[in-house]
Amino acid sequence: MGTLPAFPCPVPIADYDKVLLGHGSGGKLSAELTRNIFLRHFRSPILGQLNDQAVVNVGDLRLALTTDSFVVKPLFFPGGDIGSLAVHGTVNDLAMGGARPLYLSVAFILEEGLPMETLRRVVESMARAAEAAGVEIVTGDTKVVEKGSGDGLFITATGVGLVRTGVDLSPSHARPGDAVLLSGTLGDHGIAILAEREGIRFDSELRSDSAPLHGLVEAMLDSRGEIRCLRDPTRGGLSSTCNEIAARAAVGIELEERAIPIRDEVRGACELLGLDPLYVANEGKLVAIVAPDTADAVLCAMRRHPLGSGACRVGRVTDTNAGLVTMRTAFGTSRIVDMLSGDQLPRIC
Amino acid sequence: MKYVDEYRDAAHAASLVASMQRLVTRPWVLMEICGGQTHTIMRYGIDELLPKDIELVHGPGCPVCVTAIETVDKAIAIASTPGVIFVSYGDMLRVPGSAGDLFRVKANGGDVRIVYSPMDALRIARQNPDRRVVFFAVGFETTAPANAMAVWQAKREGIANFSILAAHVLVPPAISLLLESPGNRVQGFIAPGHVCAVMGIAEYEELAARYRVPFVVGGFEPLDLLEAVHMLVSQLEAGRCEAENQYTRCVSRQGNAAARERMREVFTVTDRDWRGIGTIPASGLRLRPEYAAHDAEQLFEVQSTRAPEPSDCIGARVMQGIRKPVDCPAFGTRCTPEHPLGAPMVSAEGACAAYYAYRRHAFMAAV
Repeated sequence: MGTLPAFPCPVPIADYDKVLLGHGSGGKLSAELTRNIFLRHFRSPILGQLNDQAVVNVGDLRLALTTDSFVVKPLFFPGGDIGSLAVHGTVNDLAMGGARPLYLSVAFILEEGLPMETLRRVVESMARAAEAAGVEIVTGDTKVVEKGSGDGLFITATGVGLVRTGVDLSPSHARPGDAVLLSGTLGDHGIAILAEREGIRFDSELRSDSAPLHGLVEAMLDSRGEIRCLRDPTRGGLSSTCNEIAARAAVGIELEERAIPIRDEVRGACELLGLDPLYVANEGKLVAIVAPDTADAVLCAMRRHPLGSGACRVGRVTDTNAGLVTMRTAFGTSRIVDMLSGDQLPRIC
Repeated sequence: MKYVDEYRDAAHAASLVASMQRLVTRPWVLMEICGGQTHTIMRYGIDELLPKDIELVHGPGCPVCVTAIETVDKAIAIASTPGVIFVSYGDMLRVPGSAGDLFRVKANGGDVRIVYSPMDALRIARQNPDRRVVFFAVGFETTAPANAMAVWQAKREGIANFSILAAHVLVPPAISLLLESPGNRVQGFIAPGHVCAVMGIAEYEELAARYRVPFVVGGFEPLDLLEAVHMLVSQLEAGRCEAENQYTRCVSRQGNAAARERMREVFTVTDRDWRGIGTIPASGLRLRPEYAAHDAEQLFEVQSTRAPEPSDCIGARVMQGIRKPVDCPAFGTRCTPEHPLGAPMVSAEGACAAYYAYRRHAFMAAV
């Protein structure tokens, strides 16, 4: 099987004259929005790399810079809240560039009428999360919008960190033969949130996996394995992350269905709701693309770290099916794991 | 995980396939009716596992796909009406009408909400007595009873602001149309398990007898489908044509009488337009006159549209099992899930969309 012919670009989806919710899903619509609006006008080659963070040279220092907005509903969920999530998400975006996170800036958009107690709990949680992650919140901003103009509380967090010398991580470094490693179970965060929102109960409590991953990343970098790229599969899940890597490096990625760890609670909820755990968000997991001969060393290092104890090899990079992610099913057949257009939609039957 | 893993067991699958290999003496063309089954077949590559002599073609059983453009246009017009809360199953929101879809209505400020059950729509109506709440009642016999229940309850409780836009379709008339078509290739059917959970098996026994074609009521897990194919091939090789039940854990011969009773009380059979196929007599359900107060079709004055399908779409032939999605020159190029030309590319359960989503690498690399 050779390389796929490039699909003729369909009419750009940015033909939409209004922003749709799907534009924020992390799927194809999000990618088109970024390409057709932001990249077209901002034109930065660094931005054009579309990494989770920008790495810029300032004198002798390699500075990693990232920003992320948090609009999660409900504000509090098992395993975290919008505050801890903002800290972890920002720290993780820096860590995926091989950077040690140092400082955060946070901006709050508050809706008139938000209980002060809610704000206090969120801010306390942020402070605890920042302290645990070893980062300092050093600046910020607050705006209040009229009732109805916001949904309680939005947070935007910006982080800076220092990239370790000699580390250069990018999806474009992926090579055929590389191993695809995953640090643990998929879908815990997305399903914990959905269950809280929809009132679904499990026998055992399912918690968000929200956690700062820079410690795990340092342990991996210390293993001296040849790590090409790190990504945290947040919005859009493992599928979107692998599709982005495959597209950037013009390689194929083949996942092994049996190797992908998913908790029974998550599988059950997904079966019930008609969702696919490969597309569900994670906030404390990472995907690593690693040179094949050092994959075992990196995997060992991951497993020794508490946040990587469930790490496993879930696939490999291929020179066939460039730009596509495929999956070897439990039956030995092969299927595509496509990037979603917009949000995952519950099916009728 | 219980109730899942046992139906996805690779070793059991291999033994079923081996048994079929011994059984098959000549080519057979089989059709799964339901889009959910098509989805499973493509997702797990069931067709790749089967002996080469067994060909699966894909039926018209995706309710999202076959909902007529005119009906989608009506839904869009109603959802755009000020003061309306339009409530739908999730996958109807992406279905294109002649101009736009329900997602765009939402982006333009329309109040469009996704639910898992019509009872949620009824709850929304109770909570918003000053708004008109319209539920988009699509689907086969599977979803009809719950939708009937919602209307029945709305009438009983006097929830005057609740109505449904009914676009229900029925499976047996579509099968008859298919079997009477001169180009028919289908020699055996996997009947839709969840439809039969409601309707029972009698209708399929009649079809089997009338057309001398075997039916097996099948489930939706990979092993359900392999077992159903095995049962069909056993019948065909033995020259039998009966309606058998593979999906015994969900389907009984008599089905769900209480659900059917509620359906009959609320709905009556009507002619229905199927997207990509055309009008099939007595193939749909509409509300009975006693429920006119909850019939969005009558409550909202909506201009009817006539939107022709693009001429290069072979969707109708795909849904009749005459052609495969990959036979279409537009497949994967001019026709994609983002820009569907025809019905089977519209929903994840449509045959073209399932091929595109899961298997296009296998077919397009060979081009």
